[in-house]
Amino acid sequence: MNTEILLSISGLHKAFGGLIAVNQMQFDVHQGEILGLLGPNGSGKTTVMNLISGALQANDGKVVISGKNITNLPAHKISHSGIARTFQLVRVLPDLDCVENIEAGLAYRTKPLWGDAAHAAALELLDRIGLAKQAHTPAGDLTYIDQKRLELGRALALQPKLLLLDEWLAGLNPSELQDGIALVRKLKNEGLTIIMVEHVMDAIRSLCDRCVVMNAGAKIADGTPDEVLSDPEVVRAYLGDSHA
Amino acid sequence: MSILKPDFIRPVGIGAVIFAALAFLPSLVDSYYMSLAISIVSFAVLATAWSMFSGPTRYISLATVVFFGIGAYTVAVLGEVLTFPLVLVCAGLAGTVIALLVGFSTLRLAGVYFVIFTFGLTELVRQVVSWYEVNVTREMGRYVFLDITQNDIYWQLLALFAVLLLTGFILGRSRLGFALRIIGEDETVAKHCGIDVTRVKVALFVLSALFMTLTGAIMAPRWTYIDPVIAFNPMLSFQVVIMALLGGPRRLLGPLLGVIPLTLLFEVLTASFPNHFSIQLGCVFMVIVYLLPGGVVGLYEKYRAPKKRVLATDQNAKTGGSTA
Repeated sequence: MNTEILLSISGLHKAFGGLIAVNQMQFDVHQGEILGLLGPNGSGKTTVMNLISGALQANDGKVVISGKNITNLPAHKISHSGIARTFQLVRVLPDLDCVENIEAGLAYRTKPLWGDAAHAAALELLDRIGLAKQAHTPAGDLTYIDQKRLELGRALALQPKLLLLDEWLAGLNPSELQDGIALVRKLKNEGLTIIMVEHVMDAIRSLCDRCVVMNAGAKIADGTPDEVLSDPEVVRAYLGDSHA
Repeated sequence: MSILKPDFIRPVGIGAVIFAALAFLPSLVDSYYMSLAISIVSFAVLATAWSMFSGPTRYISLATVVFFGIGAYTVAVLGEVLTFPLVLVCAGLAGTVIALLVGFSTLRLAGVYFVIFTFGLTELVRQVVSWYEVNVTREMGRYVFLDITQNDIYWQLLALFAVLLLTGFILGRSRLGFALRIIGEDETVAKHCGIDVTRVKVALFVLSALFMTLTGAIMAPRWTYIDPVIAFNPMLSFQVVIMALLGGPRRLLGPLLGVIPLTLLFEVLTASFPNHFSIQLGCVFMVIVYLLPGGVVGLYEKYRAPKKRVLATDQNAKTGGSTA
């Protein structure tokens, strides 16, 4: 595997009032790998994603991508430095059609596309994510899985170096899940680096090169999926003391 | 930009012909109808300018009269010192500066906080101007004696409205306009798409305020006497909101569909029941919000069968052809 570090997080800290959501998080993401970010509900995974993408401001710590410090930059600048994301609760632009939803990702990136070029690129991208037929359907009328595809399409339109998927595979039925896993694997093969917050074990085992496990805001394990899933600390975090 | 395409040239051409025809109105009707026409065009500018910002972002601004009043006051202060075009430039500058200050300090506020702030701003500006007039110039109220006829005012407003519509039309097909629509749909997504949302919102707020200020400046000579209570009357802000909502603030020509019937209605109401105007205004507001939440444009889109979505720019072009 390529060992060049794309994203490096150190000492990341975030508190909401008295609640420490993220406590001294530290991990690296290597170029081209899929990193799974695991942990029980409320362990701070989504907060970490929000801190990386600029949706939240960290109290302390550092986020560095390709050697550039992006800690606490506004979200649009972080997007320009090559990070795109999807949201835990899917967020499309409901009154705009699918083409316009993709154009939203194309029109304001570092090398923006607009007009006919954007329209053509959007149609091409819709075809790639399997939404070519719905090109002129308002995003709000799409099914759940299609909204998820569209949201991923918008993130890809930004041509990111690093893609953050926050439970992108959650809520899919078994056949949709296989499609979803295949799509993420295709992205990895195209060279994209991905951090995914995920609970679906099949997806974690088949996709992730490495996993970071969080509990109560702190990192408790870091390694291959098999290593971390058999780690007694991880089992304790998920299932309680008696199972460890 | 696709400036030379037929779908750009056609609506702009049709608009130009209509505006050219409207410019001959003064030679056709008497001064009562001219005065009505001035009301309609001035509200058309205000409501369209209001919708340019508030339509896509859904930020309800009650600061319309702040900018309108600043424009009017600039004329009252400078009208006899400078030539009128220069006065308009000064008014525009004053409106822009205030809009920038207000924009950067408030557009981080969301929802009802923004509404309250803009309403409070009206009162603040009125009080500051009153204080200044009482304590510094020692004279409340000013006279505006300028050699500007009713027809001049009409032509200036008409030109301003034409420029505004053209600006809105170009904006509707620009990246800036699209960014504003994305922000209206979901501000968080907009940020993560790489849009500097504060800058976009401030830019549109300023642009919208600039047109409001110029309207106030052009309208000032009509009054001959203005004081802070006349120039900064909050009723105007509400009227503009009601008109824009009735018409439909999310289409370029939507507000116009609200301006025409309501200006006529207000004209009748103020003439027949001068003491009950506020109550009637409130009733009209409630009726519109309950019965026509999407405005006239929304009603039209709802009953137009079969429902077919087209790009918003095409939509504008279409309504531009049929209703302008």
